[in-house]
Amino acid sequence: MQPKVKPKLAVWKFASCDGCQLSLLDCEDELLDVVGAVELAYFPEATKSVVDGPYDVSLVEGSITTPHDAERIHQIRRESKVLVTIGACATSGGIQALRNFANVESFTRIVYAAPQYIDTLKKSTPIGDHVRVDFELRGCPINQYQLLEVINAFLNGRKPNIPTYSVCVECKRRGLSCVMVSQGTPCLGPVTQAGCDALCPSYNRGCYACFGPKESANVPSLSQWWRSSLDVRREDLVRSLRTFNSGATDFERESIRHAN
Amino acid sequence: MSISESNTNMNVIDRDGLDRLFEVLVSEGYLLIGPRVRDASVVYDEISSTRDMPVGLKDEQEPGRYRLHERGDGAVFGYVVGPHSWKRELFPPVQKLYQVQRNGGKPDMEAPAADVQKRALIGVRGCELAAMAIQDKVFVDGPFVDEQYKRRRENLFIVAVHCNEPAATCFCGSMGTGPAARSGFDLAMTEVIGGGIHEFIVETGTELGATMLDAVPHRESTEDDRVRRAMINETARQGMTRAMRTDDVHRLLTRNYESPRWEEVSERCLSCANCTMVCPTCFCSTVEDVTDLSGDHAERWRKWDSCFTSDFSYLVGGSVRPSISSQYRQWLTHKLATWQDQFGVIGCVGCGRCISWCPVGIDLTEEVAAIRESEHPAKRYV
Ligand code: SF4
Ligand code: SF4
Ligand code: SF4
Repeated sequence: MQPKVKPKLAVWKFASCDGCQLSLLDCEDELLDVVGAVELAYFPEATKSVVDGPYDVSLVEGSITTPHDAERIHQIRRESKVLVTIGACATSGGIQALRNFANVESFTRIVYAAPQYIDTLKKSTPIGDHVRVDFELRGCPINQYQLLEVINAFLNGRKPNIPTYSVCVECKRRGLSCVMVSQGTPCLGPVTQAGCDALCPSYNRGCYACFGPKESANVPSLSQWWRSSLDVRREDLVRSLRTFNSGATDFERESIRHAN
Repeated sequence: MSISESNTNMNVIDRDGLDRLFEVLVSEGYLLIGPRVRDASVVYDEISSTRDMPVGLKDEQEPGRYRLHERGDGAVFGYVVGPHSWKRELFPPVQKLYQVQRNGGKPDMEAPAADVQKRALIGVRGCELAAMAIQDKVFVDGPFVDEQYKRRRENLFIVAVHCNEPAATCFCGSMGTGPAARSGFDLAMTEVIGGGIHEFIVETGTELGATMLDAVPHRESTEDDRVRRAMINETARQGMTRAMRTDDVHRLLTRNYESPRWEEVSERCLSCANCTMVCPTCFCSTVEDVTDLSGDHAERWRKWDSCFTSDFSYLVGGSVRPSISSQYRQWLTHKLATWQDQFGVIGCVGCGRCISWCPVGIDLTEEVAAIRESEHPAKRYV
């Protein structure tokens, strides 16, 4: 057999905390296999060596928050055959999309001694608002096994097993008892995409929607139930919808509806 | 259904006798699976004695709501069904079907060995026995037999319990499946408690059941016991508040594919799939193929799936049922109507799980009634 040419993998960072790309390095047991299967062509968190593009797969972490980044993402797209966004920042704008509901200058004035040097956009936006994205991996942070699954599926030319249904499906498969029904604890699981294996409900807590809205998320119905049957206050409902995925359309629309 | 009077083979064991029965089953190699409390609800899991069980607890159930309370009488079976059903034991939520190893030119295929563990299911309710009989039709009685299911099923010992106090969500009465268990058990018990008595009147359903009971201290039932048993069951039957009319349901639903009610319910339904996961008869699954990075090793896994996911009806070009209204309609019409065409029975046993465990309290009995009502709007007299 011909020695296979290893696909070139690049990992890019935009406005983000690095947690998602570090998930790749957290795959301790599988890391050597990954490095054996792909060439880490650009991954500053892991190696100083840089191999020029084009790249077979680019993993993109972070959201677009500066005019410079809004340019840079186009360059990366041009150099990438397959572009996969990873994490809540890249897929919905991240926690920093909270600025979308406020005046960003009111933040820069508080945070920076010399805010006049800050060149930032009014909104934090997902990568998909700027360039074509081939696959989105959700989560804050992403689940390392889902990341491995995406790389694995790419290498083997198969569909990644990344479901878009609710957290409730994972919750019930695990045999957990619903915290909303049995304890009256508000849970975002029914409108949130699976991927964490129902981590929070397994600790008797409601889901915080780290993986963003699921396919056909009916957020208005869940909000209605929280308000009328679980006695959740309006401001608490708005806060729950405004966390890591506040910029995701389904959550954004509903939080605005209740905020005003 | 009222409890069968023809069953003459009835004996009585006392409260300690129940633990003695468990010991006998364990000594015969059975793994005991029964009710126990976890995360503020009654679930089914391994137990070793009645100490592990929800003794003295009662469940209060409403659409979208479940709470446990103290009963104050030490009843062992004083609650009804929770979020788990026995399908977890027979049709596990996640199961490896087979694995393939690339071995030069020819792939080596290997299926996991059949699970031969003997399981004793403790406290199976009438509706649950009916649900098992329905899943048998799906997994064993058709042209394609699920060998794993079949083996697990064959190795069961079933200790049924007649329900004394249905929950507000139960409607087994109108589905003809409860509150008393009718068939499909090895032993079936009526818990008698009060007036200083705590006993179990035990019917024997099989030879195996008789053998197990023989090893437990017991006495023959008296006329008094049988009267008491009939009264307890009658009280349970009359205590059922929910009902569903089934005689017209096939025609009703199949002529209402365009009812505006589907849109109305889709404004409330979250398409979260909880109803299908908790339903003891829902049998849908998906298969996922996984590989290792090299692609030399592949596995096929089966996982519970649901008609409420868009992937479930994905064909070339998209999902056949992308909207919540079409998903809910599929669920309800399959469960209550087209299931009859497919398997000769209604797919619902009236356990009420989908009502209690729907996070927004959608109630199928109410949806069916609303569709029926929409055909004959109540006359208004001014
Ligand atoms: S606990 Fe949350 S995720 Fe689990 S079933 Fe209930 S609503 Fe869904
Ligand atoms: S009926 Fe209830 S449990 Fe079923 S999918 Fe809709 S919201 Fe979820
Ligand atoms: S449809 Fe609902 S009430 Fe009927 S068997 Fe399933 S879970 Fe029970």
